[in-house]
Amino acid sequence: MFGDYSLGDLGSIFVMQGFAGLILFSVYVLMALGLAIIFGQMGVINMAHGEFMILGAYVTWMTSNLFQTYMPSLFGGYFFLAMILAFVASGALGMLVEWVLIRHLYKRPLDTLLATWGLSLMLQQAYRSVFGAREVGVELPQWMLGSLHVTDSIEVPINGVFVMCLTVLITISVAYVLYMSRWGRQVRAVVQNRIMAGAVGINTEKVDRYTFGLGCGIAGVAGSAFTMIGSTGPTSGQLYIVDTFLVVVFGGAASLLGTIASAFSISQTQSTLEFFMSGSMAKVLTLLAVVGILMLRPQGLFALKVRK
Amino acid sequence: MIINSRFFNRSELTGFVVLAAVLFVILPLSLDVFRLNLVAKYLTYAFVALGLVLCWGYGGILSLGQGVFFGLGGYCMAMFLKLEASSVENTKIQSTPGIPDFMDWNQITSLPLFWQPFHSLTFTILAIILVPGLFALIIGTAMFKRRVGGTYFAIITQAVAAILTILIVGQQGYTGGINGMTDLRTLKGWDIRPDHAKVILYFVEVVLLFACIGIAQFIRLTKLGRILVAMREQEDRVRFSGYSVANFKIFAFCMAAVFAAIGGAMFALNVGFMSPSFVGIVPSIEMVIYTAVGGRMSIFGAIWGAILVNFAKTSLSESFPQLWLFGLGALFIAVVLAFPNGLSGLWADYVQPRIDRLFASRKAKADWNGNSVADGAPAE
Repeated sequence: MFGDYSLGDLGSIFVMQGFAGLILFSVYVLMALGLAIIFGQMGVINMAHGEFMILGAYVTWMTSNLFQTYMPSLFGGYFFLAMILAFVASGALGMLVEWVLIRHLYKRPLDTLLATWGLSLMLQQAYRSVFGAREVGVELPQWMLGSLHVTDSIEVPINGVFVMCLTVLITISVAYVLYMSRWGRQVRAVVQNRIMAGAVGINTEKVDRYTFGLGCGIAGVAGSAFTMIGSTGPTSGQLYIVDTFLVVVFGGAASLLGTIASAFSISQTQSTLEFFMSGSMAKVLTLLAVVGILMLRPQGLFALKVRK
Repeated sequence: MIINSRFFNRSELTGFVVLAAVLFVILPLSLDVFRLNLVAKYLTYAFVALGLVLCWGYGGILSLGQGVFFGLGGYCMAMFLKLEASSVENTKIQSTPGIPDFMDWNQITSLPLFWQPFHSLTFTILAIILVPGLFALIIGTAMFKRRVGGTYFAIITQAVAAILTILIVGQQGYTGGINGMTDLRTLKGWDIRPDHAKVILYFVEVVLLFACIGIAQFIRLTKLGRILVAMREQEDRVRFSGYSVANFKIFAFCMAAVFAAIGGAMFALNVGFMSPSFVGIVPSIEMVIYTAVGGRMSIFGAIWGAILVNFAKTSLSESFPQLWLFGLGALFIAVVLAFPNGLSGLWADYVQPRIDRLFASRKAKADWNGNSVADGAPAE
C-alpha cells in the first residue's frame, strides 16, 4: 500500500493525516473529558452526553446568528461568549437532569444507561422540533478562515489549530480543577468512599450535582468547538457517543491521562488508515482493534489500582 | 419459596393460555392479512425479548448488541432467499446472471466464497443457529472469563453492533449495503409473498415462539435458572460455592443470541427484506426496552412488551411521527424510574392480588395454596 508514493510524499501524507487526526482527537478529548468525569468518577453511564454536546453547538449557532444580526462589528469575538454560554446552558441542563433523574439511580448503573438513552431520544426530538431536522452550520469569523503554510505540501487549517489550542486549555483547566482545587478534592473523595466523605462533612449530593453539571458543561464546550469544524444536526451527537465511550473505557475509566492517550491513539489510527482505505473500513478496523485490546486488557490502558 | 414441580404454576398457566388464545385464535380471526403480517413482524422482536429475559432478567447481563444476533440470523436467511431469487433465469438482464443484483451493480462478477454454501437450506438453517451462537460464544468467552461485566460489557456489545453495521453498510458488494437485501421471493420454490403464505408463515412463527417459550421456561425451572438468579444477586457467593460463573453467563448470553437469531430469520421471511437498520445500536437498545416494558423477569411479560411497544410505535408514528420519539424516550425513563419490573410487575402488584382475592372468596373453604404466586414470575 505504500508502493506508489515517494518518501517525501509519504511524509507529507502522514503529517496531513496526522493533523486531521489531531482535530478528531480534539473532538474526542473534549467529549471524553466530560464523559470521563461522569462515567469514570461517578459511574453513571450518560448516553445523552452527545445531546448535551449538541446543545452547546446549537447555543453557539444561535449566538453567532445574534452577533451577525445585531453586532456585526464584534463578530470576530462571538465565539468566546458562545463558549461560555454553551458551558452554562449544558451545565444547567445537566444539573437539572441530575436532580430529576440521575440521583435516583446511582445504585443501578445499567438503568441509568436506559434512562439517559430515553432522555437522549427526547432531546433529539426536541432539537428537531425547535431547530428543524436540517443540519446547521456556523459562519466562521474572518480570522479563523484560511490555512497556515508550513511547507509546500503541508498546510494546516487555522480553525483546526484553534480547536486544538482550546482542547489543550480546557484539558489543563479540568485537570487543575479536579486535582488542585478544594472542590476537586471533594469530588475525588466522594468517588472513593461516599459514606466516609459524607461523614467528614462533605455534602455528597451537592458534589454529585456539580460534578454532573461540570461534565455536561464540558460537553457543551465540546459542541461549541465542534461547530468550528463541522455542521450540527439533531442526531449528530449520537454518531459520536459510542466512540467516546470506547475512548473512555479504552483509556481506563477514572484516569484523565488514560483518556487523553486513548483518544490520541484511536483518532490517529483512524485518520491514518482513512487515507489508505475507505473511511468505513478504517473505522471498522480501528474499532475492532480497540475491542480486541479491551478483550485482552479489560481494565483499559491506564488503570488505577484501587482496592474494592 | 416453593420450587414448583409442575412446568407452569397457576398464574403462568393463565398467561400461557391467554397468550396462546390471542396468538393462535383471536388475532388470526380478527385481523386482515396486512395487520397479521405486522403482528408477525412484532413477534420477531418477541424472540429477542425472550432471550433478553434469560440473559438480562435472570442472568443480569445487559447486552446492547442483540441487534447483532438478530441481524446475523436475518442475514443468513436473507442470503438463502436472495440466492434463490437471483437464479440465472431471473437475472438474465445482468452482466453476470445468477448472482444477486447488488453484486452486479457493484461490479462483482462471481459469487463470493462465503455465499456459496447458502444455496443449501439445511446449511442455512444450521447457520442461523450456529453463526450467532458461535459469535456470542467468542464474545462471551472473551469477556466473562476475564470477569468483565455490567456496564463495560454493555458498552462493548454496543461497539460490536456499531462495527457490524458499518461493515455491512461499507461492504456494499457483498451485503447489499444500506439498502440491505430486498426483493426476496421464494423459499424452495414456494412463494412467500402472497396472502396465504403470510398466514402460514405467521403460524410457523407462533409455533416457533412457543417452542422457544418452552425452552426458556425449562431453563428457568431447572437448577440452571436458579443459579442464574443467584449469580445476578450475589455473583461472588456463587463463585465461592464452586460454580463457574463465567460458563453460566456464556450459556445465557448464547441462548439469548440464538433466540434473537431465530427472530431475525423469521423477520426476513415475514417482512421480505433485511437491512442494516435492524442491526445497529439504536434498534439494539430498542429491543432492550421491549423487555424492560414487559418485565425483565417475566417470559410472557416480555412477549407482551414486544407486541405492545411495537404496536404503539406503528400507530403513533403513523399519526404523530413527532410524538413517537418523545413517547419512546418517556417510556424508557418511566420504566426505569417508576416501574422497574415492567407491565408484569404492575400486573403482579395490582391485578393479580385482586384476582386471587376473588378466587379465594369464591371458594373460601377450598384448600387453595396462595404460595404459588410468590414465585416472582407473574403471568403477564
